[in-house]
Amino acid sequence: MDFNLTPEEEAFRREVRDFLAAELPPPKQRDAAFMPEWWKKIRAKRWIGFSWPEEVGGGGGTLMQQFILKDELARARAPLLGSDYTGLHWVGPAIIQFGTPAQKARYIPEILDGQSIWCTGYSEPDVGSDLAALQCRAVREGDSYLVNGQKIWTSLAHFAKSIFLMVRTDADAPKHDGISCLLVPMDTPGIEVQRVHNMGAGGYGDMLNQVFFNDVRVPAELRLGAEGQGWEIICSALQSERSGITEVNRHETSLEDLLDLAARSERNGRPALEDASVRRKLGSFETRIEAMRLNGMRALTRQLRGDLHPSEASINKLHNCDLLVEMSELALELQGSAASYYGSGEAVLDKGRWQLAALSWPATVIGGGTPNVQKNIIAERMLGLPKD
Amino acid sequence: MDFGFSEEQELLRGEARKLLDEACPLSELNALRETPEGHSPEVWKQLGELGWLGLIVPEAYGGAGLGWLDLIVLLEETGRSLFPGPLVSNSLAAATLADAGDDAQQRRWLPALADGSRIGSVALLDEREAFWPDAIGLRGQRDGDGWRLSGEKRFVTDPTAADLFVVAFRTGDAPEALSLGVVEAGAPGVSAKHFPTLDQTRRLGNLELLDVRVAADAVLGAPGEAWPAIERLLDRGATAVAAEMLGSAQAALDLTVQYAKDRVQFGSPIGRFQGVKHPLAEMHVQLESARSLVYYAGWALDESPNDVARAASRAKALMTEASSRIGTEAIQLHGTIAYTEEYPAQLYYKRSKFTRPLFGDADHHYDRLLRLRGL
Ligand SMILES: Cc1cc2nc3c(=O)[nH]c(=O)nc-3n(C[C@H](O)[C@H](O)[C@H](O)COP(=O)(O)OP(=O)(O)OC[C@H]3O[C@@H](n4cnc5c(N)ncnc54)[C@H](O)[C@@H]3O)c2cc1C
Repeated sequence: MDFNLTPEEEAFRREVRDFLAAELPPPKQRDAAFMPEWWKKIRAKRWIGFSWPEEVGGGGGTLMQQFILKDELARARAPLLGSDYTGLHWVGPAIIQFGTPAQKARYIPEILDGQSIWCTGYSEPDVGSDLAALQCRAVREGDSYLVNGQKIWTSLAHFAKSIFLMVRTDADAPKHDGISCLLVPMDTPGIEVQRVHNMGAGGYGDMLNQVFFNDVRVPAELRLGAEGQGWEIICSALQSERSGITEVNRHETSLEDLLDLAARSERNGRPALEDASVRRKLGSFETRIEAMRLNGMRALTRQLRGDLHPSEASINKLHNCDLLVEMSELALELQGSAASYYGSGEAVLDKGRWQLAALSWPATVIGGGTPNVQKNIIAERMLGLPKD
Repeated sequence: MDFGFSEEQELLRGEARKLLDEACPLSELNALRETPEGHSPEVWKQLGELGWLGLIVPEAYGGAGLGWLDLIVLLEETGRSLFPGPLVSNSLAAATLADAGDDAQQRRWLPALADGSRIGSVALLDEREAFWPDAIGLRGQRDGDGWRLSGEKRFVTDPTAADLFVVAFRTGDAPEALSLGVVEAGAPGVSAKHFPTLDQTRRLGNLELLDVRVAADAVLGAPGEAWPAIERLLDRGATAVAAEMLGSAQAALDLTVQYAKDRVQFGSPIGRFQGVKHPLAEMHVQLESARSLVYYAGWALDESPNDVARAASRAKALMTEASSRIGTEAIQLHGTIAYTEEYPAQLYYKRSKFTRPLFGDADHHYDRLLRLRGL
């Protein structure tokens, strides 16, 4: 066991840190003109798609370097790496793994250069956690597919250029075997997008949609992987590498702010920091955040040794959900009635950030698999309990 | 960076598990608790011969010269088998001697603690059960260049098994004016007794001191300046106990998971019902997270002294929460079978109760984490 970096790893950390110190202005000074310039600079350093192989234009970074890069970026509160989150986090990796050379050549450079905007078509009105039951139908006709059906909760579909679409190509096969993946341009005739607004008053994090497919014709060459390989693609996309270090750094920042709020607050007419239950909660947050950081490092070690359990990420996902909910809850509790104010006006504390937190946790807690689904995964795949 | 164990450490784990399974199966525990020692002196001797009692004792004083991480591997296994021997007490006494004792003192006491010919324990608490300096009330009276102690130390682990005690006492009025001294069990005025315990695999009781002399050469470090060493002892204690808890909580969880696969009700293994499988998943999450914290605390004890206080508090806090929950659910999820004397779930449950307050419960450590931030 050794938590120190090797000299080469230390040198890489220095390189990243020095670059960020020189090139990244503090959050308040990052205006609209800044982002495109910034992405150009980090693209030149090959930090966008840093984990991808060099032959597709990625950075070819080792696992350890990826860990260091993410950690340093999060510490510096750097913006997201690249503009197309979906493209970079699961569509790109899926295309690299399952795509034809032509598909790789067509899509990967766009994603790396920030030209693409992908959205994800998994959920349907009748299909959520039981994703393998999806119904949106694609019928093969000559060298194209005819798609009919509906997707829902499709983040960013209202300005996405393409959709990573899961469809049923074989209605008679067992449910996991009849699914295929299509890479569909959003301007294809027959696609209609309708906005769905979330509860984040004032448009905060508002990105949900319904997407309707009416006789949408998709060339067969836009199928990713083989017909019927959709479920395998979904599984690999849902697992796409996740060290969790970014979430950890975000929670650490939140905890600092929460401690600061507690130091300014009262409970029952006494300083909140003298209240045993407040202290217990804050100490417990600190402990679980540190556990997440160390869990991530243990998982990384196992990945380096080649024996990472694919469901490992579910452990930190559950901590992540609990911490988001509980920390925003305590922050509102500490404010008393002031917690009822909203927005960024004079009445609201800390520019309303805790109210936003209380209205945005469902994105993390529900999106990408609910806590119950994570518990099923852990119980069945890690503890070996029977499937329900 | 590497957050895993070495081959040697994995080897130690395997050997310890094998030896403890053979020499100290759960079925022996009932018989052992009736003996005067409360554990098996033969097994203790065997551990001494293997060098496992002196893992963290420097080689110069008869030990193996290894680190806390190695000891944690062993403690996880003794916890797993609910080993009733005084390994934590002995290790903490030895570690404190190695930390605060001078060369002569280490030469005098460490070899015997490392080879198992004598057993050590630590006596910290007296009137108040709190882990800050002014809670230690036992006052030393000057006697030439030494001290005399009269009073009672409470909640001493393995009081009747131990041959010597590292005792904390007060040598001034300032809260931190504390000293550490070695008191031998056979010295005039020393008596120890244990009381019946809820966890019958563990012994706990009082050390009574009646005008007991602590000579100058038995005082560890400068008189009145022992608080930092006591704090380090508390951190090692919290980490060591957490490591044993990790082993026993894992054993309790394994037992319950297996039962959930085997027991059939309503035509299905009960592990298929989410009322059973979800708590098991939650406990796995908690235990794996506590595991990360315990291992890190062990590493910090060896390599990163400035991290130790935080690391130990986080480890003991989360481990205590995990162990309490797993202890209770191990009974509830089994049903009545677990309420019986012969089924082992009750042993893990009782162990979780015994270890909770040792070196501070979860609340104590959560509170301390804020104090360590100056809040
Ligand atoms: C912010 C956000 C963005 C999203 N973006 C996208 C997107 O871009 N593309 C996309 O396709 N989807 C997206 N989703 C949808 C998301 O993936 C689904 O909502 C999620 O998988 C849950 O499905 P559901 O809402 O239909 O709930 P359901 O599956 O109907 O579940 C309802 C409740 O039942 C529980 N439950 C269900 N099955 C079980 C079970 N077997 N055992 C125990 N409990 C169970 C769930 O935990 C939940 O509490 C997004 C969601 C959010 C919140």
